Formats: sequence, structure tokens, C-alpha cells
Amino acid sequence: VTDPVQEADRVATDTTTRPGEVARRSAGKPVKSERAKAETRLGWWLAGPAFVIMLLVTVYPILQALFDSLFSFRLTAPGDREFVGLGNYGVILTDPVFWYDLGITVLITIITVAVELVLGFALALVMNSAIKNLRGPLRTAILVPYGTITVVSAFAWFYAFDINTGYINNWFAWLPGISQDTAWFGSTAPALFVIIISEIWKTTPFISLLLLAGLAQVPGELTEAAKVDGATWWERMSKVILPNMKAAIMVAVLFRALDAFRIFDNIFIMTNGAYGTETLSLLAYRTSIGRLEIGMGSAVSVVLFLCVILISFIAIKGFRVDLAGRGGGR
Amino acid sequence: MSDHPVGRSRPKALVGVVVAALAAGVISGCAGDNTGTPRLTWYINPDDGGQATIAQRCTEVANGKYTINTALLPRDASAQREQLARRLAAGDKSMDIMSLDPPFVPELAEPGFLAPVPQPVIDATTSDVVDGAIAAATWKDTVVAVPFWANTQLLWYRKSVAQEAGLDMTQPVTWDQIMDVARSTDTELGVQGVRSESMTVWVNALYESQGQSIIENPGASKDEVRLGLDSPAGAEAARVIGTIGREGLGGPGLSTANENASMALFQSDRGSFMVNWPFVWPATQESQPELIEDIGWAIYPRMQADRESAPPIGGILLGVGAHSEHPDLAYEAVTCIVSVENQAYYFSSNGNPPAKKAAFDDPAVREKFPMADVIRASLDQSAPRPQTQYYNEVSTAIQQNWTPAEAVTAQTPKETQEFISAVLRGERLL
Repeated sequence: VTDPVQEADRVATDTTTRPGEVARRSAGKPVKSERAKAETRLGWWLAGPAFVIMLLVTVYPILQALFDSLFSFRLTAPGDREFVGLGNYGVILTDPVFWYDLGITVLITIITVAVELVLGFALALVMNSAIKNLRGPLRTAILVPYGTITVVSAFAWFYAFDINTGYINNWFAWLPGISQDTAWFGSTAPALFVIIISEIWKTTPFISLLLLAGLAQVPGELTEAAKVDGATWWERMSKVILPNMKAAIMVAVLFRALDAFRIFDNIFIMTNGAYGTETLSLLAYRTSIGRLEIGMGSAVSVVLFLCVILISFIAIKGFRVDLAGRGGGR
Repeated sequence: MSDHPVGRSRPKALVGVVVAALAAGVISGCAGDNTGTPRLTWYINPDDGGQATIAQRCTEVANGKYTINTALLPRDASAQREQLARRLAAGDKSMDIMSLDPPFVPELAEPGFLAPVPQPVIDATTSDVVDGAIAAATWKDTVVAVPFWANTQLLWYRKSVAQEAGLDMTQPVTWDQIMDVARSTDTELGVQGVRSESMTVWVNALYESQGQSIIENPGASKDEVRLGLDSPAGAEAARVIGTIGREGLGGPGLSTANENASMALFQSDRGSFMVNWPFVWPATQESQPELIEDIGWAIYPRMQADRESAPPIGGILLGVGAHSEHPDLAYEAVTCIVSVENQAYYFSSNGNPPAKKAAFDDPAVREKFPMADVIRASLDQSAPRPQTQYYNEVSTAIQQNWTPAEAVTAQTPKETQEFISAVLRGERLL
């Protein structure tokens, strides 16, 4: 598990140093020096073993899943294994369950990422402008939800809202629409509401750390100059700070979107996908682990994988365009 | 982020420690128990420690011939099934003895994951056993597992409520009668409306109580399965469940109510009737002893006044894995585990009713469970859930279509039947 603080720093450093690189590269390809070559070699030696292990533990299962997805194969009936080509994909893509689950997944992704971006930015601003000896404790405090194991936080939220054990109904009965008898996990909308806010509670710190790193990279002279020129707070924010940390925002959105798209733990604990709260990860789990339909389950997993690749592709494409624009034109 | 040498050497040292620790673990793991005594592993479902005690007892009885170690399965029945099926399919040699939920037996027996039961073991373990448990242990006319304990749901009621409504509880009652009482006394029924296995238990009991099975030809292959969901009995079952849901007779938390939630409702001021397993008796004695005087019990409610009900049956059967290295010893251990004494002990200590009828006469059992006779009668009258190697598909489809209870209509049985057929043909996702 990577340390989010380090991760945020690393990502921010990456993204802010790159514009320079782009400019350098576009200035004409310099011949590699001996030293650069040696460094490249050392880089491969250092990263190589990890790379090989990554290949073993990720590429192999991915290929296996691709292969299995072409069969009608049930774990408890190994003898009846039968090649069906793309038949499993046909069933999935024509099934309303899949499209519904995809819709729920996209809905959760969009809402959580949007809300977290706003909240995370606010928290990042607070952390950024906090006085120095308060920064450490503040960072730690904001990080606590992110440090909680998802299953544990899911149980905590579940028991808080559960109609039998929960205290939420007791506390908020004065609000319209909430009473002692509100069954949060009994229908789609309230269940999704709880799932989404627990997800937001848990991962906003992550996004705020990424944004904090981005915020720290905005040169102080720029904001000061803008201030001297008489720019208001809003103008400084929208014209100076935000454009300068666009890359950090993109990275935060990409990381969180990929994470949110694969949401599993919260839903598994709270509703187990009941009452229209199922997402693609749960569908994949239920098909291959629950039903033991390895073929169909692998096909669902492959489709989920393709969706994730698509999101990365879109985000990275958008990311590059942004960088090129900031590199001062080619 | 600095890369000074001290920072580098530390992880290396740490790696060394970890590797050494792992190696030590592996070596000690291999070297463990080299005394020659075969060690049997019993995969148990979570309980109040009864199975671990019985394992201990049988290890002592074996007197050095074998030892039994228990390994704990997940709490949730479907999670138990997932783990067992995956281990068995992978040929895990440690699957010596397994505590199996009855509906999962066909799925594991069909592909030959269970070692055949020797005839002497069948003779010793299936005599004087309640009918429902034998049915659950049998797949395609062969006994494939050994009945250990058998569970059944009773109708629990608050004497004060029944009295207030003037319902004679010495006679069998129907679902319509208890629904009427709940309406007239403004109380709630304890039923399990959560989307999980308990919903299948309820639906199946309502069908079987009308003499209709959900699967009419148990053991049939995918293409030949004949479903009995879409039937007059289905219309009645849908009416009962849908009415309880729509009129709020099951309380506001019905759509998430499992067995424990039903019990909490039953123990509250709004409690009236409840269908539930016998664990509620010791649990209520412990948590709310002042209620005990007001609690009565009867056989599961009927669907038709003139037809005996078919209460749900649960419990645990013991299976031996086909890849076990010591199947003979495992069956010897199983025979010890299911002895009348151990079953009686398990009932009186953990509240799980025995499969053997004789164990009901144990004095300790009678003292702890005054309703022992009703449980035994209920077990004999019970009907198992659909027996099929595709049980998971059937059960999940029922759970999806019959929850939330308020959405169950006259169309539900037909929709469920068509859905299950399409899923079995591989044309729909579940």
C-alpha cells in the first residue's frame, strides 16, 4: 500500500516537471550521454524485478480471464465446458442487468468524484493556509477516514443507518422524510445515498492530498503578483491558481474515477447489491464467485476491465492535451 | 524522498528479517505433527463452540487413531458454499469433514466432490433420523452426506396478543389468521423479508405447504428442469407475501429483516407472531427473560386450513471431501460426531436440534427446550428446499424477484419462472 502523502507528492512532482521536459524534447533530440545511458540501465535493473512480478500477477490472470471468457464453464461441472466464442459477451451486452449495473456504477462514479473534488479542494485550501505548526495534526486528522479499512468503515456506516441498530433515524427524525421507520437499505435511492456519502467520507482525504500537492506547486510569486495587480480572491483562484494546478486536478480525478468505478466493499457490506444497488464489480463477483460460472464471470470482468481502460484512456488523452497547451505551444 | 545510504540499507535488513520469518514458518509448518497420527480437518460453520467440543470429544474417543482439528468457515451460508465449492473444485486435500447446509449438497454431490458414504456408515447414521434430514442427505437416490443436526422453523407467538385477538392456539392456524390478528391488534409479524436465503426459505415453505414443489423433477439437467413456480400455489404464496409487504404487517424494516431482526421485532411491544428457528428461545431467555412467560410456540402456519403445513428444514449435514487423504478415518470420525449423545449435547448447549429422534428424549434437552416435541413433529412434517445442482441460481432468482415483499404481485411467480429458465439456458445474467 502506498503512502498517500508520498503518492500525492510524487504525482505532483511528476506532473509539474513534465511541462519542462516537453519543452526540452520539442527543442530537438539531444544525443544521449554515457551517463544517461547508465542511468537508464540502472533504472531497468531497479524496476525490472518489480516489473516482472507485475507481469506475473496481473498479466497472467488477465490473459486467463480472457481465455475463460470464451467458454461456457461452470466450476461444479468441469466436464460440460464448451467453447462459445463471444457468446458470453453477447449475453452480457444484451442483458438489462448489465446496463442497469453499468448505469449505477457510472452514477456513483460521477457523483462521488464531483463532490469529492469540491470538498477535497476546500480541505486542501484549509491545509495549505493553516499555520505551520498546525499543518501536521491537521493533515493527520483529515487523513483518518482514508486510513480506515473500507470494510470497517462500511460496517460503521451500515450500523449507523440500519433500521434496527442505527442511531441516524433517532438523531435526524426531525428532518422531513426521515422517521424512526426509515429503512435506508430497503430501496434504491436511500441505499445509494448512504453508499455514496460513506464513499465520499472515506476517500475525500485522498483527493484533497493530491490537490494539496498541486496547490503547493503553484508559484507564490504568481499569486502575489496578481494580488498586487488588484485581482480579487475569486480572480486569483480561477485565473491563476486553478489553471496552474490543472494537471494535479486531472490526476486526482483520474485516480479517483478509476477507484470509484470499481467500488465493491461498501455495497457488498451494506446491501450486497440488493434493491438496485448492484455495480459491475458486484456483478462480476456474483457471477464468477457466487454462481461459479467461470466463463460468464470472466466475461463480465473483462468488460469491467475494458471500461477501466477506457476511462484511463480518456483521462490521459485529456491530460496530454493540457500539458501540450501549457508547454507554450510547439 | 532523499536516497542517503542509511535509508537504503534499512529496507534490506527488513526484507532479510521477513524472509527468515517466512522460511521459519514454512519449515515449522511442514515439520508440524510428525507423530504419525492422521490429522483430520473439519470445516465447521460458526456456532457457540459446540462443534469444537465435539471434535475434542471424538479425538479422545479415537484414542490416537486420528485427531480432529476444526477450521472455521464464514458466517454467511452462501459464503460457506463459495469457499467449500472452490476448495473442492481445486482438489484441496484438507477437506476431510465438512459441515454442509442442506441445499448445497446436490451441487457438491453432482460433480463427485463428496466421497461415497460406506454402507455401514449409512446404516448407522440414518436410522431413527427425522425424514426431512434423510431427504436432504440424499441425492439421486443415494445417501451422499450424513445428517448431523436438523433445524426447523416454528410459529412463535405472544400469548397476550393471541388471547386479545381470541385466536385458539391449540389448533393449527393459517397465514390468513395471523395476518388478521396483526391487523386487528395493530401489531407486526416477524418474518424474514431481506434479500437472502431466508427469503427462499419462506417462499418454499408457502409452496410446499400447498403440496407444490418449486422444482418438480429434482436432479434434472439444465434443459429438463420443470419449475412449479407459475402455479395456483404460486398465486397464493405471492398473495400472502405481497399483502404482508404492502399492508406493512411485517413492520417497517421488513425489506432488510433477517432472523435476528425478526426476533428483535417479536421481542418489542409490536411483536405478535413470528416464524423463526429455535435459536430464538435461548436467545430470548438470555436477553429478555421477562418475556419468556408470554411466549408460546406451535407448528408453522398453514396455507390452507385443511392441509398440514410443510415447515422449512435446515440444519447441517456432514460430508467427506473426495480428495481427502483419509476418507475411512473421516467417516469413522463422522460416525462419532453424529452419535446420539453428541447430538443431544449440541442441542442443549448450542440450541441446534438433533437429526436423530432419540436425542430429543435426553433429559437435558427436555429441560432446556420445552418445545422439543413440537420441533420433532415439525421436522417430520417439513419439506426441503428445491433439490438441484443449480440451487444457487434458483434461490438467487427467487430472492431477487420476491423482494421487497411489497412489490410481490400475482405476476411474480410467472416472472420468476421465466427468469430462472432463461438464466439456466445461459441467456440471462443473474
